[in-house]
Amino acid sequence: MNEREHILARIREALTISAPVPGSHDGRPRRNGLPTSADQRRVLPAVGDSFDARASLFARNAADLHAEFKLLANPCDLAAELKRLAAAEQWDRVASHRGALTDPACAALGLPVLLTDEPYDKTELERCPAGLCACDALVAQTGSVLVTSRSAGGRALSVLPPHHVVLARRDQLVADLPEAFALLRSKYGADYPSMISLITGPSRTGDIERIIVLGAHGPRQLTILCF
Amino acid sequence: MSASASQFKRDAARLTADLRHRALIQTALGNYEIKRDEKKALFQDYDGARQLAAEIKWEAINRLDRHLEQFVRELETRGTKVHWATTARQACDIIVGIARSRRARSIVKSKAMTAEEIHLNAALEQAGFEVVESDLGEFIVQLRDEPPYHIVFPAMHLTRGEIQRTFKDKLHDAPSDNPEALTMVARRVLRQKYVQADIGLTGANFAVAETGMISVTENEGNARLTAALPKTMITLLGIEKIVPRLDDLALLLPMLATVGAGQLISGYNTLYGGPRQPGESDGPEEFHVVLLDNNRTALLANAEQRDALHCIRCGSCLNVCPIYRHVGGHSYATTYPGPIGGVITPNLRGLQDWKHLSYSSSLCGACTEACPVKIDLAHHLLQNRRNASRRKPIWWQKIAFKLFAPVANGRIPWMLVTKGGRFGQRFHGLIKGTRIDPAYCWTRTRDVPRIAKQSFKEWWRETRK
Repeated sequence: MNEREHILARIREALTISAPVPGSHDGRPRRNGLPTSADQRRVLPAVGDSFDARASLFARNAADLHAEFKLLANPCDLAAELKRLAAAEQWDRVASHRGALTDPACAALGLPVLLTDEPYDKTELERCPAGLCACDALVAQTGSVLVTSRSAGGRALSVLPPHHVVLARRDQLVADLPEAFALLRSKYGADYPSMISLITGPSRTGDIERIIVLGAHGPRQLTILCF
Repeated sequence: MSASASQFKRDAARLTADLRHRALIQTALGNYEIKRDEKKALFQDYDGARQLAAEIKWEAINRLDRHLEQFVRELETRGTKVHWATTARQACDIIVGIARSRRARSIVKSKAMTAEEIHLNAALEQAGFEVVESDLGEFIVQLRDEPPYHIVFPAMHLTRGEIQRTFKDKLHDAPSDNPEALTMVARRVLRQKYVQADIGLTGANFAVAETGMISVTENEGNARLTAALPKTMITLLGIEKIVPRLDDLALLLPMLATVGAGQLISGYNTLYGGPRQPGESDGPEEFHVVLLDNNRTALLANAEQRDALHCIRCGSCLNVCPIYRHVGGHSYATTYPGPIGGVITPNLRGLQDWKHLSYSSSLCGACTEACPVKIDLAHHLLQNRRNASRRKPIWWQKIAFKLFAPVANGRIPWMLVTKGGRFGQRFHGLIKGTRIDPAYCWTRTRDVPRIAKQSFKEWWRETRK
């Protein structure tokens, strides 16, 4: 027998004695099977039904997290907003990936672009002042951005440059975490990307006297442009 | 008394009297409590959420064999190499072996309590590899050559001044004691390490059986970089990290962040399901997952305390424990301190040597109430005490209880003892707290309650006259 078999055998032996079910001591019957998304929604923080309620909840969460969230009227505003950021922070280049949202944005910026969806040099990426990427969803409940290695230019683009800029369409704003996980399942269920990340706010640490400092290892700034 | 028990007593006594240490911890945890309560209040039904979380982990642990097999099958299908380790030694050997065969020089590591448990850094360094902790708190305690003080906040016991001195001594770079400036020093140093490292090593907070993914929770982005830049990625995790389905994380991620750090959700919650896949441009070429038993199966066999394996290592039982808040994280001298450590350490490392941790509790039950997955910690501490004294009775305790039982059970002996005690207590003040006090080990640091003027029975008789 190898270690795998040894460990599994010990587990099976241990489980021949059953353990009490949580909450069963007060005589409440246990539900059938695992909690469903509906069960989770009953206990998780509430989210409004309309787009406006969700967008304002996302904006509130983003403000708490020191992330910048801008709801833009149309795609033309997006180009103007990006140019404003580029000028204000004196970007000399950006890192990005190919995609329906990022291609026109990069073209509008008119700066040299390092693409991370083809082999690239990580020291070059480290020198880019900003990383521009698409996402899979924005989660109103928590103010999170859902990205994957397939939809957002690989694993490093969203953490290595000091300013992370996310582009999202309005219809990508989902209500809550159960909806975000359901979306992952329907979009990728047959073949998941190797990395899926729920990003909430810029990189932060509280390891020195529990004082929050932004930009511990990842981006100091997170900007989410939704149009 | 075991060596670890006498050391615990010594260190606990010293730190409890250290008012500076106490003030530091009380401030940090006081701020944490405010944030935690704010976030708990956002839940529509926080207690209901605990019940759901407990049910998810019950399912995972009580069908662990099936879930583990599925987890491994899914991982292997997508090109991950899975290793199994019964002991700490085996796990270290596996990881050292991978590092050797890849001719690695430097290893960058994100926070993993499991790695502390098996003393992985020491094993890797002994084999000639440079290991750099990338989590800021872990980086600081690594520079100081200390173990982490807390499972979530490793450097909670240090002031900014102490950290500045550490940076000055070890990195020769510490412009000021400003937390932001210090963090930026660490950022600069560690950025270099990421780009140079050959291997990235991480722990895991959850392991999703259904999809074969590990889930890593962090705030700094250090684990994200650890899993993005080096050519080889290794994840070490205990077999109990399993959750059955991807959707279970929709509940467990916000619960972990809420009670763990007072956040609704942590900064980065990332799932890794394999090495770089076809069509992906970065990420490691190889992904190794090391599954660790290290006596977890022995705890699994203890059906009474099996739910201790539900633990998601949020640290909330430490944060609320009055003992932890006085004796501090280092006194326990074990990987997992506080109430959860008091429950699992005697199970994982030997009951008689570590039973003192089960006694280092006032049994107030704050830990049980704080646990997001409803582990009955306070009762498990009691069960460890029961098991320890049943297996190895202590002679003087046996005599003491033999003497106490007839006194407590007999009307006349009880009356004599209470009356005598009432009389004797009048003179106790003369010797209280001194070496000749027969109750010295109690009165040294505590008050003695006064014996009531009359017993309940006497009072009853009087009022019914």
